[in-house]
Amino acid sequence: MALFEAKNVTKQYGTQLALDNVSISVPEKCIFGLLGPNGAGKTTLIRIINQITGPDSGELFLEGKKLKPDDVLRIGYLPEERGLYKKMKVGEQALYFAQLKGLTKAEAMKRLRYWFNKLDIAEWWGKKVEELSKGMQQKVQFITTVLHEPKLIIFDEPFTGFDPVNTNIIKNEILFLREMGSTIIFSTHNMESVEELCDNITLINKAKTILEGNVDDIRRQWAANEYEIVFEGNAALPEQEKINILKRHDENGRTRIRFRIRDGIDTNDVLGNALVSGRIISFNPALPSMNEIFIRVVESRN
Amino acid sequence: MMNKVSVIIKREYLTRVRKKSFIIMTILAPLLMALLIVVPTLLMMNQEQDYKKIAVIEDGTDLFRGKIGNTKNLEFVYLEGIRISDLKNSFEQAGYYGILYISPEIITTPNAIQLLSKKQPPIGMLEHIEKSLEKEIEKQKLKAYDIEDLDEIMKNVETRVSIQTIKIDDSGNVKETSTGVAMALAYIGGFLMYMLVFMFGAQVMRGVIEEKTSRVVEVIVSSVKPVQLMMGKIIGIALVGLTQFLIWVFLTIAIAGSLKSTVLQKSDLQELSRDAARSLMAEETRVQTATSIPETDTRISEFGKLFETAMNQPWGLIIISFIFYFITGYLLYASIFAAIGSAVDNETETQQFMLPVTIPIILGLMVAMGTMQNPESQLSLWCSIIPLTSPIVMIARIPFGVPYWQLALSMGLMVVTFAAFVWMAAKIYRTGILMYGKKTSWKEMWKWLRYSG
Repeated sequence: MALFEAKNVTKQYGTQLALDNVSISVPEKCIFGLLGPNGAGKTTLIRIINQITGPDSGELFLEGKKLKPDDVLRIGYLPEERGLYKKMKVGEQALYFAQLKGLTKAEAMKRLRYWFNKLDIAEWWGKKVEELSKGMQQKVQFITTVLHEPKLIIFDEPFTGFDPVNTNIIKNEILFLREMGSTIIFSTHNMESVEELCDNITLINKAKTILEGNVDDIRRQWAANEYEIVFEGNAALPEQEKINILKRHDENGRTRIRFRIRDGIDTNDVLGNALVSGRIISFNPALPSMNEIFIRVVESRN
Repeated sequence: MMNKVSVIIKREYLTRVRKKSFIIMTILAPLLMALLIVVPTLLMMNQEQDYKKIAVIEDGTDLFRGKIGNTKNLEFVYLEGIRISDLKNSFEQAGYYGILYISPEIITTPNAIQLLSKKQPPIGMLEHIEKSLEKEIEKQKLKAYDIEDLDEIMKNVETRVSIQTIKIDDSGNVKETSTGVAMALAYIGGFLMYMLVFMFGAQVMRGVIEEKTSRVVEVIVSSVKPVQLMMGKIIGIALVGLTQFLIWVFLTIAIAGSLKSTVLQKSDLQELSRDAARSLMAEETRVQTATSIPETDTRISEFGKLFETAMNQPWGLIIISFIFYFITGYLLYASIFAAIGSAVDNETETQQFMLPVTIPIILGLMVAMGTMQNPESQLSLWCSIIPLTSPIVMIARIPFGVPYWQLALSMGLMVVTFAAFVWMAAKIYRTGILMYGKKTSWKEMWKWLRYSG
């Protein structure tokens, strides 16, 4: 069963259509990528899910039931544009956000202590936010997003402002949250992390859904008979009518060639020809990166 | 849901009240005010308590011998056959505070008189000398007309005028009033209202801008409705204002109380100099001082009267109206300020919106000041009924007496208007806080008003 569903959501600001009949379905315990270029309507959809604004038409369901105002307590949201009160102390502020999410002070304190220790920022509890580095502020915000143990967590560009070490820590925390039973909507432009983390995606462009489904399925769909072969030393695939060479480059004494096999041609044929060309190190179907797919899909629509 | 608003109110309140600037402002402002009044008063009183001898030298004439009366701490010594140049450099050694030199032209040239001293002489001393001499010169001049029984006539003629104003209300009750008290109340009330509404309204705006520019608002609106955030902020800041106001009232009373006891200890009452009394007038103590002083000095007994007429003011009505107009007026303006704050990206951008908001407030203040001169004017009447100016103007009118139907109409309109403004502000705010990087215009805000949920 889908933990969260949006059905035929449309939203208009003045004359501008922000969402045009968009539907998403987020399975339980899934990391769901909400992708799209700037201004596609992602933030609008996220705001509708958070009930910050209402849709003009369409319906939203959380655990099969229509979304109601109290459900904000079961959703955690880390917005892309996020901030903290600069003059306020870190601990006080975390407590404030926790209370706004309906936690009692005692309960919030208990959980905050756990998370502050876990993310190694406990000694900053009494400091003012303006004394913290960007990364540490982001950690505080991450904590306030997940503290009330929401069923559904929405991360909008969660890795900005983190160095690689902390990015990894947060990545692991996100995976851990899924283990613990949360469902995650993940919005980003960083396609590498989409490949790494997301199970399903929806790609929105100009207010419309243009691509959706399981990440692996999508990559396979878009693979379209592309392969990559790596030779030791300098080598070349014989030009033949069977294949179509897309890319070739030499690196560290190896030759990497990407090609597409024409329709109806068997891979073994191609491989047989390749065997005589040189010493093969690897031969793989080349799955296009999400980045490539993203660019191709969006550009084909524009 | 109410619980969340109270969490917001608590934060808005505590962060502001704990600020150093708030504590300093709250405690220091009345202390500074009091110091400004008390220190010169005490200085003056101390000065006057020192016993001073003043040498009087009349050049050639002998008109004023004994005419300048000695007081408890002023003694005038008439020196004969001594020229001013003899004493000029040695009067201090001789035990004199100064030399009063009266030249023979004094009758025709009133400023032919000099007081030489090493220090700036207190005003009370100068007034005493001037008064005495004026009286004497007048007498001399009158004498020149050769009127019979002049002294008797003069005694009969001497009068003091003091108008007693008595107000008759609709039911025919008679109350002694004082225009001075009403004016003071109108001024203080109107100005206080203006300050409170403007100061704390602007704080709401700054708070909203802070949340918007720091993007905190994005995080908060996922937990609470924008309206809740806005109302929480407005109420929280209102409580800050109320706290500050109450502390000011208590501190003023406390300071006034201690001032009263110092004043009473420092001097026995009769010689409470005129100047001290005059400066005290500005302080609340005048009331207490006035009541506890035996009516030996006419001026002091005037305070007593003032106090009585001050008590005759409709205090209940004034206080209730003040609270009512403060709450509704603040809510009205604070919601406008919140809407403006939500529509801009930084404080400098607020200016284009501030002007139309400031105009009614300033107009209100100006009309309120005019009300003191002419409480019955049409302008005052209308401005005290129209909601944007009514909080300030009505407060200024009440001490002069306002028909109940006008008060009711004004209050009724106020309630309707403030509710409408809060509602509209909430709609603008809801859209505005999440809108960045766009130059907002009034037209744009009008559009936001009509967006659906």
